[in-house]
Amino acid sequence: MTASQAAPAPRQTSEQPAQPVLGLLGFVRVLRAAGVAADAGRGLAFVAAVSELSAASPDQVYWAGRITLCSQPDDLPRYDAAFLAWFGATTARSATSEELVSLPSVSASLTGPHPQTGADTEEAEQLSTAASAEERLRHKDFSELSAAEREHLRSLLTALRYRPATRRAVRRRPARRGSVDPRATVRSMLQAGGEVARPLMHRRSRRPRRLVLLVDVSGSMTPYADALLRFAHVLTTAAPATVETFTLGTRLTRLTRALRHRDAEVALRLSAAAVPDYAGGTRLGETLKVFTDRWGQRGMARGAVVVVFSDGWERGGAELLGEQVGRLARLSRAVVWVNPHVGRAGYEPVQSGIVAALPHLHELVSGHSLEALDELLEVVAGA
Amino acid sequence: MDITSPVDLAAALRDVGYLPDEGIATAAFLALKMQRPLFCEGEPGTGKTALAMALARALDVPLVRLQCHEGIDASQALYDWDFPRQLLHLRALESGGGPVDDTELYSERFLIARPLLQALRQAPCVLLVDEIDRADDEFEAFLLEVLAENKVSIPELGEIRAEVPPLVVLTSNRTREVHDALKRRCLYHWLEHPDLEREVAIVHEHLPEAPETLVSQVAQASRTLRTLDLLKPPGVAETLDWTAALTALGRTSLDVQSAAATLGAVLKYREDNDKVIKSGLDALLFG
Repeated sequence: MTASQAAPAPRQTSEQPAQPVLGLLGFVRVLRAAGVAADAGRGLAFVAAVSELSAASPDQVYWAGRITLCSQPDDLPRYDAAFLAWFGATTARSATSEELVSLPSVSASLTGPHPQTGADTEEAEQLSTAASAEERLRHKDFSELSAAEREHLRSLLTALRYRPATRRAVRRRPARRGSVDPRATVRSMLQAGGEVARPLMHRRSRRPRRLVLLVDVSGSMTPYADALLRFAHVLTTAAPATVETFTLGTRLTRLTRALRHRDAEVALRLSAAAVPDYAGGTRLGETLKVFTDRWGQRGMARGAVVVVFSDGWERGGAELLGEQVGRLARLSRAVVWVNPHVGRAGYEPVQSGIVAALPHLHELVSGHSLEALDELLEVVAGA
Repeated sequence: MDITSPVDLAAALRDVGYLPDEGIATAAFLALKMQRPLFCEGEPGTGKTALAMALARALDVPLVRLQCHEGIDASQALYDWDFPRQLLHLRALESGGGPVDDTELYSERFLIARPLLQALRQAPCVLLVDEIDRADDEFEAFLLEVLAENKVSIPELGEIRAEVPPLVVLTSNRTREVHDALKRRCLYHWLEHPDLEREVAIVHEHLPEAPETLVSQVAQASRTLRTLDLLKPPGVAETLDWTAALTALGRTSLDVQSAAATLGAVLKYREDNDKVIKSGLDALLFG
């Protein structure tokens, strides 16, 4: 093995003399720092794997590490870089695409400074009773909230009830009515010592459909992004296994894992750290295509309800966007487009993006206020 | 055959018609030596399932396949009792007036072994858990338990344990993130499309009658297609299909006309078809 500059002196062990275990574990540490989730168990597996192979061959050490320490394609470019840095050896390298490399993420506060913050105290006085304040808040556009109202909104969001759309399940469940369940019937006869028993019935149950939330976090959506991500968090905690969230902007970021954190603040902080293109530009068509290619077509969008939160300002060609929404519509059960501007008086769907997407949509809703999000949940449940 | 290095295993796989690259051979070798399940991910058509099948043949052990699907549960994966036969047996006993013995009703005779139990019993064998990403979370947890212990306990029969753990290959198309707990138990390998040389060799292996020029032209064209950002880039299976189609038409080399006529063997979406035609078949074939 190529001796590493930074590796601590190898320790001699009885079974494997001159086996630079510490050098290997040092590499694991470097890899962890590079963002690969290689825990102690994986590190030990790596050492065990190298001992099965020839530690003198950089290629074999490379593969041993890649096979034991990585666990997803995103890990591979990081692994290659760390391997090169630590062992300095060039080996058979994977031709992983550039696209898989995660850019260093930028922490951005999801609650941007708000122009109306100064009017806090005045507005607080106006909120005479809690009940009427809540009622007002239900209908108020997210982009017009004061800091205090924003705070209040957070608690109101958690009160939203998510009822997923359902589909018929493949498996049947015991039921009072339905068709005869031969297996259960025979089993019950068996228990009764072979006596003829009442036939038992079963019927297909229903299972929740997957819900995929695609949240546009580009500049023009900034006033809504915080509330929408909190909304996504509420839905994720209600049904962690069937809700998936991605952000769209100049690139696609999967937030499902971050949002599965029970604590809303932690989840939002993790999300902020994960989204590198917050309040940046949009390439809606392209990012949607990345979603459909990498996730949607492989199964995530199949039969799911897909909700796109975006104002439809498309800098790129609207033709691509239309195409991609069409693809999503064919893959999924329904595509619901949420455009906060729809709620405004005199809104006409004229943005090129919306126009291109419109023919493929199940529904176009506003989602600009709490009330509107509640309506969105109705649409989702009925999809 | 004694396998002491990835090179040995690669040779054994080559003997049964599977041409592994260094990564695949090393991954499979380590799975064998470290007795850990091998978790294979990669684009469709990179040879994940074929690897498990080839390993069974190369090691000369049976292959047990568990195809995962939504809603799969323990009784479909592990074991079940044959209730109708138990009932018939019970009736027969009664009409004969013999004593009814419970232990007899729940014996080997009436046990239906599903793939996981079969694998534990038949070990050494290769257990292929195909498309684990289609199963539910609960099933993953259940699978993890069986793989970790290499045994199952059947309340009426007791414990069934594998003397030698089966060589387990799990495949996933990444439609869903598989739980970390399961991945941690496994070795991980991401399969890439083969390089040109290996793809040509694979086609030769499967279609020895195909003309040499045709094979390398088709393999090259498939590679070009993979760079075109298609909805479904061709895998090795599509390269094979395409070569077979052209061979069936009696072609010895790839030209624009025959390529256009057989494009359906490689491209599975109308959009992809349009895109390739638009970007020009000449460019694809000779660019």
